[in-house]
Amino acid sequence: MSSQLQPIAPPPIESGPGISYNPRTARAKRIGARAALYSTAMFFVIFAAMPFAWMILTIFKQNADLYQQPMQKSPFSFWGELNQPPTLENLRFLLWDTNYLVFVKNSLVVGFFTVVITLLLAMPAAYALTRLSGGWGESLGIAIFLVYLIPPTLLFLPMTRIISELNLKNSIWSLVVVYPTFTIPFCTWLLMGFFKSIPWDVEEQAMIDGYSRFGAIIRAVLPLSVPGILTVIVFSFTLSLHEFVYSLAFVTSTANKTISTGVTTELIRGDIYFWQALMAASVLVAIPIAILYNLFLDRFIAGFTLGAVKG
Amino acid sequence: MATVETRKLTKEFTGHAGEGVFAVNGIDLAIKDGEFMVLLGPSGCGKTTLLRMIGGLEHPTSGDILIGDHIVNDLPPRARSIAMVFQSYALYPHLNVYNNIAFPLRAAKMPREEQKKQIEWAAGILGIEELLKRKPRQLSGGQRQRVALARAIVRHPNVFLLDEPLSNLDAQRRASARDELQQFQRRIGTTTIYVTHDQVEAMGMGDRIAVIDKGSIRQIGTPEEIYDEPADTFVATFLGSPPMNLVKRDDEILGFRPEHFFPASQAGSTDDLVPLQFTPLREEYLGAERLVYGDVDGVRAIARFPSTTHLEIEAGHKVDFAVRRQHLKRFDIETGLRRYGAG
Repeated sequence: MSSQLQPIAPPPIESGPGISYNPRTARAKRIGARAALYSTAMFFVIFAAMPFAWMILTIFKQNADLYQQPMQKSPFSFWGELNQPPTLENLRFLLWDTNYLVFVKNSLVVGFFTVVITLLLAMPAAYALTRLSGGWGESLGIAIFLVYLIPPTLLFLPMTRIISELNLKNSIWSLVVVYPTFTIPFCTWLLMGFFKSIPWDVEEQAMIDGYSRFGAIIRAVLPLSVPGILTVIVFSFTLSLHEFVYSLAFVTSTANKTISTGVTTELIRGDIYFWQALMAASVLVAIPIAILYNLFLDRFIAGFTLGAVKG
Repeated sequence: MATVETRKLTKEFTGHAGEGVFAVNGIDLAIKDGEFMVLLGPSGCGKTTLLRMIGGLEHPTSGDILIGDHIVNDLPPRARSIAMVFQSYALYPHLNVYNNIAFPLRAAKMPREEQKKQIEWAAGILGIEELLKRKPRQLSGGQRQRVALARAIVRHPNVFLLDEPLSNLDAQRRASARDELQQFQRRIGTTTIYVTHDQVEAMGMGDRIAVIDKGSIRQIGTPEEIYDEPADTFVATFLGSPPMNLVKRDDEILGFRPEHFFPASQAGSTDDLVPLQFTPLREEYLGAERLVYGDVDGVRAIARFPSTTHLEIEAGHKVDFAVRRQHLKRFDIETGLRRYGAG
């Protein structure tokens, strides 16, 4: 069968720059790009790790090394004519002559209960907001998240009223009450992202396969949200660990202080700074958290972006 | 085994402007025991909502669902003795194949020994014994589908609900899966409701097909009835590839299949011929057959020939074509409904 259609010519292309490829310059460019990448990365590694390195070295310094003239003494060296050898005395002082271990214990207790309360409330809230509340869920989730943005410096005033009503002044339990107020909103929002990423089919399949909705959540949804739950645990724990304003406002006696306030009040006496002990106190807490964060970094980012894209 | 019936089943969703939208609008459907019923319709026609209501995942706005003569409207999915295979297969990603299949048995608190026996039986039927230790992400699409089917049959449900289970497979695998699935259903003999938008699946597998559009059933019948005697213009054009030609003539619409449309010169006897003027425009050669696109009275029409037929037609020139009277279907011009009786 013959066609009677007229051919349609495409519009001519205006002349533009041609594509040229020179293997030599391309190779040089590649190496240059690599070098730029690695030197930038190196810069940031030094930028991030330098304070920690300095802190760790300081822990083992003797007083004379830190305070006495001449200033030519190297802050990074223990050897040579001017510097004195390393010492464990500062660590001993921190662990046995101060209340540091009490602060650590208090922080762990507060952190543990904050995590438990956060999980118990944020998980059902996030589930309900993602699965059950229809169109309202997302906007409500964002509204809840916005609560997190109210600064504690504003909130501690009304909170003080509540804490004294509850008779929890000067007790670590005041912090157990207060910390979930900022961990729950954030973790609810975070978990919403994770729950959204779990296909609804799987849950319905579990209901078809013989479970109630609750049974389906326990057996099909929770095992799949383990990354989200771990993220929430790490996040709410570290948040409670480094919180300062509430801890300062609600707890005054040494025996009830947490690390964040205890260290700064006990190791700075008037104008005397126990530099080595201060550094040790910070590093001992910071290192485990840094390791935890690194282990969960990918999941953290996944959690944040899940929330960002879909919620 | 059980029959499944819906009576005036309706599901109304709230639209964006707050108005009611009927996803399923008063569907009456009676599925016999052991029957393979296909719900066929374009996407968004309500077929999946209908299936989900039968499965208990959606609550009907009104109407009744009966499984084995019992009204199950208020029963949760787990109490309906149904098994469902989702389009995504919905395998539990954290469990291996064995535990995926064991999942419904554990829910039923079956003893471990008995579980093992049932799982081996189901895995044997679907030929997945060697996959039992794998995780779902290590399986191909076809293997996942078999695992999902094994999980569905393992607890001997009364009804299978299948929601487009073949749509995730590539075209080649789909043809063999269609065959396997149908044979499998025949062997098991379980009442099956199968949702698809693919007419080839519907025609090839269904004992009967229910064609659904905009929440209502347009026609229920065997594949032959649906194809040969469409009840309205929607069914006529939804089934068949290419679809039925529809040409307006006087106060009605004439419908005829492309394979029944041929040059008048090729007709043996002429007594039952209805002549139509066809202007061919373009030809498509598809290996086994040849499609000629053109128009009749200014309306698009297609004629289909086996490749072996030799044609002497020229584009743009009117040719005398014809359709035999028994192949001509007449439809009402207003409602699109079929007009029966002598024409």
